[in-house]
Amino acid sequence: MPASLVQNESILGIDVGAAVTRAVLFDVVEGQYRFVAAGQAPSTAEAPFKDIGLGVREAITNLQNITGSTLLGPNDNNLITPSQPDGSGVDAVVATISAGPAVRTVVVGLLPDVSLKSARKLAESTYSRIVETLDLSDRRKSDQQMDSIVRSRPDLVLLTGGTDGGASRSILKMLEAVGLACYLMPAEKRPMVLYAGNQKLGNDVQELLGGHAGKLEIGHNVRPSLETEDLAPASHELASLVVKLRQREIKGVDELFLWAGGNLLPTAYAQGRMIRFLSKLYESTRGLLCVNIGASATSVAAGFAGELTLGVYPQFGLGENLAGLLQHTEIEQIMRWMPLDISSNTVREYLFQKSLYPSAIPATKDELAISQAIARQALFMAVRTAQKDFPSSARPSQTGLLPKLDLILAGGGVVSEGTSLGQSLLLLLDAIQPVGVMPFLLDQNNLLPLLGASASLNQYLPVQVIESGAFIGLGMVVSVVASANYGDQVLRAKLTYSDGTEARAEVKFGGLEILPLPSGQTARLSLQPLRRADAGLGPGRSGVLPVTGGAMGVVIDARGRPLVLPGDAVRRRELMKRWSYMVGG
Amino acid sequence: MLAPVLHVLPLTTIVRERTLPVAGKVSAHLNQRVSPTDVIAEANFAREHVLLNVARTFNVSANVADKMIKVRQGDRLMQGTLVADAGGIIPRSIKAPRAGKVMVAGGGQVLMEVGDTKIELRAGLPGLVTRVIPERGVVIRTAGALIQGVWGNGRIDNGLMVSLIEKPDDVLTAERLDVSLRGSVILGGHVRDADTLRAAAELPVRGLILSSLYSPLITNAYQMRYPILVLDGFGAMPMNSSAFKLLTTNNKREATVNAEHFDRYNGNRPEVIIPLPISTEPEEPGTYETFTVGQTVRMRRPPSAGMIGTISSLRPGLSELASGLRAAAADVKLENGEMVIVPLVNLEVVG
Repeated sequence: MPASLVQNESILGIDVGAAVTRAVLFDVVEGQYRFVAAGQAPSTAEAPFKDIGLGVREAITNLQNITGSTLLGPNDNNLITPSQPDGSGVDAVVATISAGPAVRTVVVGLLPDVSLKSARKLAESTYSRIVETLDLSDRRKSDQQMDSIVRSRPDLVLLTGGTDGGASRSILKMLEAVGLACYLMPAEKRPMVLYAGNQKLGNDVQELLGGHAGKLEIGHNVRPSLETEDLAPASHELASLVVKLRQREIKGVDELFLWAGGNLLPTAYAQGRMIRFLSKLYESTRGLLCVNIGASATSVAAGFAGELTLGVYPQFGLGENLAGLLQHTEIEQIMRWMPLDISSNTVREYLFQKSLYPSAIPATKDELAISQAIARQALFMAVRTAQKDFPSSARPSQTGLLPKLDLILAGGGVVSEGTSLGQSLLLLLDAIQPVGVMPFLLDQNNLLPLLGASASLNQYLPVQVIESGAFIGLGMVVSVVASANYGDQVLRAKLTYSDGTEARAEVKFGGLEILPLPSGQTARLSLQPLRRADAGLGPGRSGVLPVTGGAMGVVIDARGRPLVLPGDAVRRRELMKRWSYMVGG
Repeated sequence: MLAPVLHVLPLTTIVRERTLPVAGKVSAHLNQRVSPTDVIAEANFAREHVLLNVARTFNVSANVADKMIKVRQGDRLMQGTLVADAGGIIPRSIKAPRAGKVMVAGGGQVLMEVGDTKIELRAGLPGLVTRVIPERGVVIRTAGALIQGVWGNGRIDNGLMVSLIEKPDDVLTAERLDVSLRGSVILGGHVRDADTLRAAAELPVRGLILSSLYSPLITNAYQMRYPILVLDGFGAMPMNSSAFKLLTTNNKREATVNAEHFDRYNGNRPEVIIPLPISTEPEEPGTYETFTVGQTVRMRRPPSAGMIGTISSLRPGLSELASGLRAAAADVKLENGEMVIVPLVNLEVVG
């Protein structure tokens, strides 16, 4: 790598989550950017602290303790920037934030299946909760719509509708309801408004809403034409508005914004930006999937040939929103993932109690089992919800399955701070239920969003950090799709190591097999499906693939797609214990 | 590491802001002594609006319609009051469909607020008004015992607190609620059936202070018109011993039960305030500290959820928990003498 490709800048990344704040140091080592170390501390956005700066400084202090470098001024406890000749300080800061309450959002569009659908997708690309929708099919009178908006106490209104140069009268009618609703709200509670509709109406929107909205942003149209949906520019404008909203709501965000020179992004947006970038960079033929199971939300970013699908689901977050999880799923759907004999009442109480203390961690085996069962179900639902918005090119081979993917990358406390890498992989396999052959990577330090935020500051950093092996390879997974009876043999697998030795597995339907292949090693994997099973090469098709190792080696998951668990709780728990044992107990 | 503080204090200074949800008129004044039931501010709040589209009704431009509008912003109208008049051979007019106030008149339209509801804001606690927030409310300062909880049903009231709890894991049942308790604030234990909540409503009581609530009863609790405050959480959790001792020793004293929702961003949380006479004003409590040896702490999560103990040492580095997870932790001596290792994120300082 020529020296000109790095700028020799040390970069501090700060990620403020709902539960945990991380400070991460990137620096140039031997001419390449590397992840150096990470320090973390409980987040302090919520009461009694109510200032993210406290958690940020504590995380940086912990980072200092690990690296031995000085980043905070000894007298004023302020960040030292740029780096000093004595080695203290950093040259630049990038930051991401997911802390904060879900953004109460009103979405407005014209046609339910066109602009409103796009507006919903746009809203789901950030930490929002849709509290009201308005479209042309809405039979309520203008004043009823207006009252409904006022009652929903929105933080944000997303206004869409009309192709560029298209419909205008209907949009103006909608604008009137939104404008009057804003007017009726106390000035300090007026929502921010993002207009992402017919571009010809920009001036009208400014005139009608400019004086009444908390802040008005005229953005790009999400539907420039009926056939075209273009969420990316509006998504960027929305990310910027959400940061402004956090600056208004949470103490300390202003300071972080200044430290980062404005390079502060919502975490999920930065994660999505990185997945789109990686999808383009590695010319992924199938797709990349990135999941993050956090306290504020579970987010799913999928990149297909450079096209991003980003879904952020606060309702599936593992923090304060847990109390509402049962509005989205049945308790039985959580109980199916339970490896221990724990009552559904206990799980119900856990949901409410954990929502009171989002940053608390499971201290007992029972609590861990409950938290992981909930995480499985939350991720399962988040992935299925996001899949509805995957591009039509990403079709699964069968209804109800995921499309084949090239890579799955996972982050979030429940997997990155799990008891073992094997357990983390099993959780991901259960919840995502991928098909085909793909590596699983674990983003243990939640670097991906920070790399996404740093991309605009330094384009070499993300690539060099990723290529330096900053993520943990969990393993190469082969997911078998088969129509067979439990115990039928569905696959013969042979792993030929570089020294010529071999490991074989006769894989039965319902089973989970592991062929060891340590991280950093490569081998050739021969797959010979039986009974027209599809091991990623097509139904009944055999082949040989080059594979790289990971913490768990090559994991062959023939438990079925979709994974159907036994109805009998005792037998189900036995199976789960067996699978858990297979990945290391 | 920073430590959140749960207030369970026998005597402290309590400063609380009491404000209207919308702008209104504040009747309390600076340095006024208020009792919990005193109305300190009131507002008229319109829940509905009516938009009268004059231009569309008369099929004229907005400018022309504006000349036909006979009302102005701020006018209070009775039902049937003339709003706009188009004149002509056959006179056409628009009249107010309901009584209300004109919010905006212009652009060919008239927006009225209707369905006025009067909101009265009561002091909620006895004390001294130390600040008036124009059009919104006041800040009240008082001294007394303060006990914070974790959940509330959004209501506030005050009354004589009567303890029906004999040990921290008591269960409060409907049979224990007799007519002699009418108008009281009841200190109970765990509630596991809706009958108990209904029996309390029928008396009625002025409030329930509970150790814990069976979570399926949350919906019922929201329907009750009296405050329900949960101190420790959901499920059959005993009352933490600090709150148990403090509340039971204040039996038969006036108590304010502010069962407001726990807002984790603005810091408002449900609390019980027991006003007490003072000779010198105690200090206001801090909201967070740093974990140190000797602090009294409450365990937030199992296996010792709700129990009170003392930090005997802060463990270096990360410690392995029974769950297999590793975290910064403390050795805590529980009141029963047992030593437990607790992750710091599962602790809060009591004080």
